[in-house]
Amino acid sequence: MRSENNKYFENIDWISVLIYAILVLMGWFNIYAAVYDEQHQSIFDISQKYGKQMIWIITAFLIAFTILIIDAEFYTVFAYGFYIFFLILNIAVPFLGKEIKGSRSWFRLGEFGIQPAEFMKFATNLALAKFLSNQNLSVISTKRYKTFADYILMYKNTLITFLIIGTPMSIILFLQNETGLAITFTSFIIILYREGLSVNYIIAGFIFVLLFILSLLIHQIYFYITFMIIFIVWFYFGKHSWKVFFTKLLYVLLASLFVFSSNFIYSKLQPHQRGRIDVLLGRGEINLKKEGYNVHQSKIAIGSGGLWGKGYLKGTQTKYNFVPEQDTDFIFCTVGEEWGFVGSTIVLILFTFLIIRIITLAERQRSEFSRIYGYGVASVLFFHLVINVGMTIGILPVIGIPLPFFSYGGSSLWEFTILLFIFLKLDANRLYVLR
Amino acid sequence: MNTYQKIRLSERKNYIIRFIVLIVILYIARLFYLQIISEEYKVYAQINAFEFLTEYPPRGYIYDRNGKLLVMNESSYDLMVVPKESKGCDTNALCEILEISKDEYIKRMTKLSLPPNSPRKQGVFEKQLSVKTYAALQEKMYRFKGFYVQVRSIRKYPRPIAAHALGYIGEVSKAKAEKDAYYKEGDYIGVSGIEYSYEKYLRGKKGVRIVIKDVHNREVGRFMDGKYDTLAIPGKPLYSSIDAELQEYGEYLMQNKKGSIVAIEPSTGEILCLVSSPTYDPNLLVGGKERNKNFAKLLSDTINVPLLNRATQAMYPPGSTFKLIDALIGQKDGVLFSNTIYPCARGYPPMGGHPKCHPHPPVDLEGSIQYSCNSYYSYVFKSIVENYKMWGNFLNAYQHWRDAVMSFGIGRKLNYDIPYEKPGNVPSIQYYDKVFGKNRWFAGTVISLGIGQAELTAVPIQLANVMCVIANKGYYYIPHIVKGIGNEKYLDSIYKVKHYVYVTEKEYYDRVINGMEKVVEAGTATLAKMKDIKICGKTGTAENPHGKDHALFFAFAPKENPQIAISVIVENSGFGGVWAAPIASLMIEKYLKRKISRPELEKRMVEANLIKANIEYIKSGMPDKKKKEKNRKRTRR
Repeated sequence: MRSENNKYFENIDWISVLIYAILVLMGWFNIYAAVYDEQHQSIFDISQKYGKQMIWIITAFLIAFTILIIDAEFYTVFAYGFYIFFLILNIAVPFLGKEIKGSRSWFRLGEFGIQPAEFMKFATNLALAKFLSNQNLSVISTKRYKTFADYILMYKNTLITFLIIGTPMSIILFLQNETGLAITFTSFIIILYREGLSVNYIIAGFIFVLLFILSLLIHQIYFYITFMIIFIVWFYFGKHSWKVFFTKLLYVLLASLFVFSSNFIYSKLQPHQRGRIDVLLGRGEINLKKEGYNVHQSKIAIGSGGLWGKGYLKGTQTKYNFVPEQDTDFIFCTVGEEWGFVGSTIVLILFTFLIIRIITLAERQRSEFSRIYGYGVASVLFFHLVINVGMTIGILPVIGIPLPFFSYGGSSLWEFTILLFIFLKLDANRLYVLR
Repeated sequence: MNTYQKIRLSERKNYIIRFIVLIVILYIARLFYLQIISEEYKVYAQINAFEFLTEYPPRGYIYDRNGKLLVMNESSYDLMVVPKESKGCDTNALCEILEISKDEYIKRMTKLSLPPNSPRKQGVFEKQLSVKTYAALQEKMYRFKGFYVQVRSIRKYPRPIAAHALGYIGEVSKAKAEKDAYYKEGDYIGVSGIEYSYEKYLRGKKGVRIVIKDVHNREVGRFMDGKYDTLAIPGKPLYSSIDAELQEYGEYLMQNKKGSIVAIEPSTGEILCLVSSPTYDPNLLVGGKERNKNFAKLLSDTINVPLLNRATQAMYPPGSTFKLIDALIGQKDGVLFSNTIYPCARGYPPMGGHPKCHPHPPVDLEGSIQYSCNSYYSYVFKSIVENYKMWGNFLNAYQHWRDAVMSFGIGRKLNYDIPYEKPGNVPSIQYYDKVFGKNRWFAGTVISLGIGQAELTAVPIQLANVMCVIANKGYYYIPHIVKGIGNEKYLDSIYKVKHYVYVTEKEYYDRVINGMEKVVEAGTATLAKMKDIKICGKTGTAENPHGKDHALFFAFAPKENPQIAISVIVENSGFGGVWAAPIASLMIEKYLKRKISRPELEKRMVEANLIKANIEYIKSGMPDKKKKEKNRKRTRR
């Protein structure tokens, strides 16, 4: 007979738990290094950020434990419940919460703050898994489409899926003014791809991003000329029918329209966002004291680390606050400076290993719900990793999102813990799920 | 969904994983570039976080030959401010104490807040506060938030003497700072005198303190607890050969006179005093606002030219003092003997009585020195440069004469340890060829060279050095003003080498010295005579276009075992025996006896204002001078 205790932790993927714990503790030590000063030397000092982070870590462990002892069915059954609950919370926050630095996404409880937008990610992930586990996104069908209604029907699931993702995204973007957090919702595109979304969507997405970047660097007239040539060549070598002609013309016109409007979109961005894009693309005069400061200092901190780093608590750039936000969004600088190339690579590899591990686990699920949810976890983690590290090493614009498990902050740590451990619970339960 | 589709879709897993791995590899490559390949960011990090602060060592002290302090350091006070912290400062009170306007205050603050300064970094608000201002400030310091007083070290001269010899320090020039890595702009460097020549020893070695700065440019600690800091090494003390008392006395005697006194110890070449008059108080040039004002004032005094070191930079015709060298060369060349007698008809007979001479009994070699006969030395000069038996022709003989003269240290640099030395001039053959034309000048043309006139010039220190040669009977040491560097009293070996001149035979010197003794005993310089010290000297009177003749006198004493060789030049004072000789005599007495037995003579010398007298003389139209000029022109012809 198994003991009760054993039952809860049976089949848990301890490798993932171990990597999780390592990353969380590394994060804690690095926050200590980033905030460290001679006056407050105890890592347990609650008045300092690392002391607070310790409380977040302890509570996160408790949350993880709680998630593991709750029945896996709970998450499947209440998937939409979570989604709707956090959606309401997120709509309420701008009206009830406090505005901090222009973003209206925080509930304050004394010294501690909670950001519901973070939790929206796992809730959305649950809802997506719930919805998609019963549907088919792939458009492999022999059916002939004649009417517009047929098209709607065919793309209905896709539309609903985009709604599930888009609703919280819009709320966070427009109501809460948290661009970075909103952007993370695009990571779910990876789930959709896995579940059958046509690769064309992804290609189209890439083309739009590419066109947007290029249109900021090159004069528009070159685009129109290029599009004309592409259209002529494309049509010349393709089928010669009116339908094909108009379809291809439509594509080209759409692209032209996008290029035409991209400068408009750019001009509608907030000044600091424009600055960040300019810094990345090297457009115009970059003032290293203003918009270019973060990234420049961040690169200095990481670049000065060398192969082995300067040693723990010995990073001058980190210790003396040259890098702004170095305990939260720019925490990777601390790793880069104090642990060097070796340390940063190890961190990247640990993350990669965890993400691939989750994908592998997801693929072994019998339940589609678990698989989709697992992909969601991997997507969100990967997306955060890429955006966050990419910005500190200067290959992506500055987008203020945390590095999972590392960055200071309760909400993000809790969120990633919940996100990960629900999946680990689902995975532990995989053998009891009927096909 | 059918199974086929499911299998196809599960293949997408591989694409996703490949994509993830690809991105991560890209990131690792980027990290590799940033952290290992590129050096740029490491440099930036240093600039960001480290500041290399210079620790200035105290400059070496300078002592005189008896261990008396000549130059020391003194604290000066700079008012510093950290602009960011100056909010709530009682600006009105501060402006009142510093005697500046509110606008000036704002202007300075703005300047200190803008790059390369920083509002969070301290900057100099006012340099070198006066003691009065400092005291006033100190009282109310608590009202001036963000301000504090920083102590710096500046030069201080306990006795206001030897300004020219000691020199002064000043901010290093931009060009020098760029060329010499030791200096940064704003550093101090020796500009003249000993401060210049011994800069290397006096400055010591700067130390470096590496401090760590935070993002606000504030000092937050020391790099590696000071492991890589270097201590500043204080400058070495210098032991000057100057006798402070003698120097002071010389300056005292020379007041209101232009000219110089140089005294050298013949047995070592040590410079005992180096008086250049008019002089100035070296404390005027120690730094700060006052310094610039004072410097401008000294520089603009074109009548007295107090910044000119006459002892090393003024070139005078040596006049009759030069006759001694003629006498020595003549004897050596075998054209002059102790019993040689030349006629004198109140002048040099072959050229119709020019150069002119004064009445005196007929003279042999010793007597010619005693009475300073111009005619005699015109003959001697002629006999040297027309010594065809020895040199074949005039030009060879002239060249020989010139070389012989220059071996005595005239007309060339001696390379002593005082900067900006002037060489003087012994005219070259090329020079006269240019003036008169080739083969168109002869002994008669340049006959006044023989009596130390014409284009012949020497610097006072060179004349003192000639005296050393005679006192030493044939050699000199390169004169030097520093006899020991550092506590080990190191002296460069170049100052320990005997430099022999053209004439080294003692008997030639003895005759000349006997003549010099008679100069003081019963010749042209009887005013210099002393009861118990035998002075050997020679007067000189140098004609010049600036007014009265320059009075020259050089001497050494005592006759046996010479301890001091001296040259005294009093510009525009008249005959050498009247002004220069008594001063030299008093100096010798001061040095050898340490007290003065002839207070009346001293009084007469001190009270004479020869600068004023000369100005009046020039105003009166220089009566006897014009006559002389006329004669001179005729002589040339």
